[in-house]
Amino acid sequence: MSVSALKAGEVDTRHGTILYLEDVSVSFDGFKALNQLSLYIDAGELRCLIGPNGAGKTTLMDVITGKTRPDSGSVFFGQTLDLLQMDEPAIAQAGICRKFQKPSVFETLSVFENLELALAANKGAWATLFARLNGAQQERIEQVMEIIGLTEHRSRLAGILSHGQKQWLEIGMLLMQEPKVMLVDEPVAGMTHQEVERTAQLLLSLQGERSIIVVEHDMEFVRSIAQRVTVLHEGSVLTEGSMAEVQNDPRVIQVYLGD
Amino acid sequence: MKPNSFGWYGWAMMGLILMLPASSSGQDSASEAAFSAAVANLKSGSMKERGLAIEQLAGVHNPRAIVILQALLDGRLFKLIADDKLVIGEEVDAGYKLFDAKNAESLGTVDRSATQKIYVTNNLRTSLRKIIGRLELNDNDAGVRLAAVKAMGKAVDDESLMLLQKHLSVEQDKSVQKAIKRILGLEQLNSADKTTRLAAIELLKGQANQNVVNRFNELVDKDAEGHYLEADSDVRNQIKTALVKINTQLQVYAAIETLFFGLSLGAVLVLAAIGLAITFGVMGVINMAHGELMMLGAYTTYVTQQLMPDHLGLSLVVAIPAAFIISALAGIVIERGIIRFLYGRPLETLLATFGVSLFLQQTVRSIFSPLNRSVATPEWMSGSLQINDFLSLTWNRFYILVFCLLVFALLLQILKRTRLGLEVRAVAQNRTMAKAMGIQTARVDALTFGLGSGIAGIAGVALSQITNVGPNLGQAYIVDSFMVVVFGGVGNLWGTLVAGFSLGIANKLLEPYAGAVLAKILVLVFIILFIQKRPRGLFPQRGRAVEG
Amino acid sequence: MVAALFKNDKAMIWVLVILAVISLFVPLCNLIFAPGSPLYFSAYTVSLLGKYMTFALLGMSLDLVWGYCGILALGHGAFFALGGYVMGMYLMRQIGNRGVYGDPLLPDFMVFLDWKELPWYWYGFDQFWFAALMMVLVPGLLAFVFGWLAFRSRVAGVYLSIITQALTYALLLAFFRNEMGFGGNNGLTDFKEILGFNSQSDSVRACLLMASGVTLILAFLVSRWVILSKLGRVVTAIRDQEMRVRFLGYRVEMFKLWIFVFAAILAGIAGALYVPQVGIINPSEFSPLNSLEIVIWVAIGGRGTLYGAIFGAVLVNYAKTLLTGWMPEIWLFFLGAAFILVTVLLPDGLLGFWQRRLQEQKQ
Repeated sequence: MSVSALKAGEVDTRHGTILYLEDVSVSFDGFKALNQLSLYIDAGELRCLIGPNGAGKTTLMDVITGKTRPDSGSVFFGQTLDLLQMDEPAIAQAGICRKFQKPSVFETLSVFENLELALAANKGAWATLFARLNGAQQERIEQVMEIIGLTEHRSRLAGILSHGQKQWLEIGMLLMQEPKVMLVDEPVAGMTHQEVERTAQLLLSLQGERSIIVVEHDMEFVRSIAQRVTVLHEGSVLTEGSMAEVQNDPRVIQVYLGD
Repeated sequence: MKPNSFGWYGWAMMGLILMLPASSSGQDSASEAAFSAAVANLKSGSMKERGLAIEQLAGVHNPRAIVILQALLDGRLFKLIADDKLVIGEEVDAGYKLFDAKNAESLGTVDRSATQKIYVTNNLRTSLRKIIGRLELNDNDAGVRLAAVKAMGKAVDDESLMLLQKHLSVEQDKSVQKAIKRILGLEQLNSADKTTRLAAIELLKGQANQNVVNRFNELVDKDAEGHYLEADSDVRNQIKTALVKINTQLQVYAAIETLFFGLSLGAVLVLAAIGLAITFGVMGVINMAHGELMMLGAYTTYVTQQLMPDHLGLSLVVAIPAAFIISALAGIVIERGIIRFLYGRPLETLLATFGVSLFLQQTVRSIFSPLNRSVATPEWMSGSLQINDFLSLTWNRFYILVFCLLVFALLLQILKRTRLGLEVRAVAQNRTMAKAMGIQTARVDALTFGLGSGIAGIAGVALSQITNVGPNLGQAYIVDSFMVVVFGGVGNLWGTLVAGFSLGIANKLLEPYAGAVLAKILVLVFIILFIQKRPRGLFPQRGRAVEG
Repeated sequence: MVAALFKNDKAMIWVLVILAVISLFVPLCNLIFAPGSPLYFSAYTVSLLGKYMTFALLGMSLDLVWGYCGILALGHGAFFALGGYVMGMYLMRQIGNRGVYGDPLLPDFMVFLDWKELPWYWYGFDQFWFAALMMVLVPGLLAFVFGWLAFRSRVAGVYLSIITQALTYALLLAFFRNEMGFGGNNGLTDFKEILGFNSQSDSVRACLLMASGVTLILAFLVSRWVILSKLGRVVTAIRDQEMRVRFLGYRVEMFKLWIFVFAAILAGIAGALYVPQVGIINPSEFSPLNSLEIVIWVAIGGRGTLYGAIFGAVLVNYAKTLLTGWMPEIWLFFLGAAFILVTVLLPDGLLGFWQRRLQEQKQ
């Protein structure tokens, strides 16, 4: 899987592109959730995916993270890693992390423990049994708690956090994994206005070192963070460009407002 | 024999077969006269004349002839003292119920003293039997002919052999031909002449009959002194070839029988699993008390039978709705009382319903004693359909197979065509949406559970006919029925049907090689491995909702 | 590290103290004091307590799988029975030529079946070290193969519960067969000696109680250490959000397998300790009902606490001893009612209920 110049498992982004999806199709009982979709994500970019319900946004994430196998097409991570040959844990360990639509944190564990579990480390069963946090790791957890603003809640159970805090905790768990690509599914759904603003700042501060793909319905939020926007419709890419370009595209207006 | 339904064409054919001159309707009046004369002669005094009259009567060919002769043989032929009329009598309390011998016209009942019996001697009786046999051989009904041939085969003599030989050339019916060939062949196997013996083997080839197989096996075997019973090696080789052919045939019968047993076991499995398929498939509820609901059905059968001991068949028919209602009510109580508090917690539901199953078991044990109760089988369900010596299908299993298909069809119709069915399917697909559309999901849940449980009760009625009814009846089937549902794919009734039948057949296919217990283990292991490969069963439900 | 095992948990310390007292004090009193003395415990009490200790170990092992990992295993009794059979085989070989038929090599039931040779899988069981190894290996291996197949193909929830039940049901049928070479219907019994001592004697019974108690305490401490490790947290996380764990890069199936095999080994050890104390092992130990009883111990005690399972196992079995002695027919009513009431009214079991009451009082 690796090319001579690279260490095993390392992602080859020498061409500036980190994620390649080509002609990907997925169908459920005849319904085409994805239809010959092609999409390229650059290293370090923050990309927003929008589209009406049923456009295939979540299915696209499922394909990238290995949850759903496409019927046809190819999905590459960098130049060399064929994601279709890997399962979910392997993809996650390679550096693609995902936040779910519904916040999914471990409610019976504390904030600290949630982050500790996400920590990039040897994730084999025996290694986990004997795992002890070293200083650097401890440091990293503190750092991430700082970033997501949950330092004072470190020993609270995740189950009693507010909805917004759970969303941030989950983003923090992604950060703990030192990802190269973060897939963020509807991060601001159900958040208050202030929380939305904080989340926007958080995501903007995270881009650059890693690529971030955000799926969101909240257009104001998308406008506040997006450089490039991809519009999905009926399982394919309808158009791509800056927020202003996309908003003025007559096809996008038609898709959103109907005939 | 139904002479009235038989037109002239038929009679003409009979005439041809008998090679009698009578071949047109013009002759009918003449034979009618001969018949009357022969009947009249039967009454005459001397035995010799009576013998002649019998011959005469056999010769004229009239459908009444056999009846009269049979009555004569059975000692039921009388002469009315008053008007000298020949009558057939049936013994009743007051005396004899009479019918005119010639035309079967009913003549009322008379006192015994008003009649005089027509006697026959032993000699005459022997010849009567032969004549009747001969006449029956010419009967229109193949069943009568077959019976006649078989009766002759029991005590073979030269005369009957000749008769059979002659009849063989005109016999059209395959099974009668076969029976005749068998008698002739078995007889000729004893012949001293090699060609006759070889011809006999030719006649017996392909006859799956216990006597033939036994005789063949004897002949190719050595006796105590090491001599072959059949001295000639050519003949022996022929017999061996014939035996191989018969054995192939037997294997086919064995296969049919295995298939039948497999299907009937499958039917039981389907009956047991189908109610579960509804509660599990539609509601996502694992009901561990399902087996005990079947047990309730079986006990209901037992109780109805105790209540109406003189009407076995009727009690069984009554038991079906009764068992449905009792088990359905029990199911609804379980759903309303326990399960509805546990929706969305399938593992807890499993445990709670398991508690219910223990409770029901012990209740039954306390009421009816821990011993097994046996439920009687009505006559029309006992015994078996004998196809030949090697293939017989038991009626009770046959009826259960039919019953299973009926229940399945009925259930499909309920789900497809009734309002309840529509609501059940709606709730199964999307509970929240169904609720939003105004469907009372609580009511639907209770009714669905009642329906599934009621079907378990019906399955119990069927089970009571093939196994003993005891408190542990349900336990024996619970794992099996879950396997069927899981194997077929949850939420798919057709899957349950296919899975039930295939598991039934697989079980019976393996049994001869592995024994019943090992066969069962192998099937279980197979399903465990199968679920690894296809966790959603044979016919999985697909779609986005399920994927998530 | 040891201190960490005991932090913030007074109930646990109490459980350990009680267990230590039972497993050391009772057998010693049985041996030292004469019958009639107020400190004397009868041989009956000793063997009853010994049995309870093994049940407690069994219940605790199921709690690891069900309470912590959310896998409702309905075939856990199979591992217990396998451990028991391994011990039974060792004890059978110890009988030597003292059997009814006096065959130096073959156990009685084999002579009865007219077998001429010892089957290959009976070799080595005359050595205790080999048998001890097998007590761990056999249940562990079965759990490994079964779990690997099941977890890898992501069989979960009620499906998994049902196939675990099918597993123990299949084993039940298999062990009923004489051809299996494990005594069929009657199982293995009429043991004479264990490690060279008369297995019926009071002192051996006392030692067995001690061994069971000490094993339980050790197993408890090891289990607690596992649960408090990062692996324990991953396992708990799998119970609550399996998908999330998988997308964090953990191979969920490996963790499930690890805890499943670990629990199966503990169950096997429990079975091995149980058999010499009751003097028999037969196929009925594989019956699905037995496995379900283990589930109710854990449910009544309270799952996800380890000591809840121990408490539940002892409580339910004590009730069983009382009820089956007093009114046998009422036992199933009791068990049935327990299943229903606990699941509907006490989802956290008695200990959970008690703890909640205490918290409410504090507030």
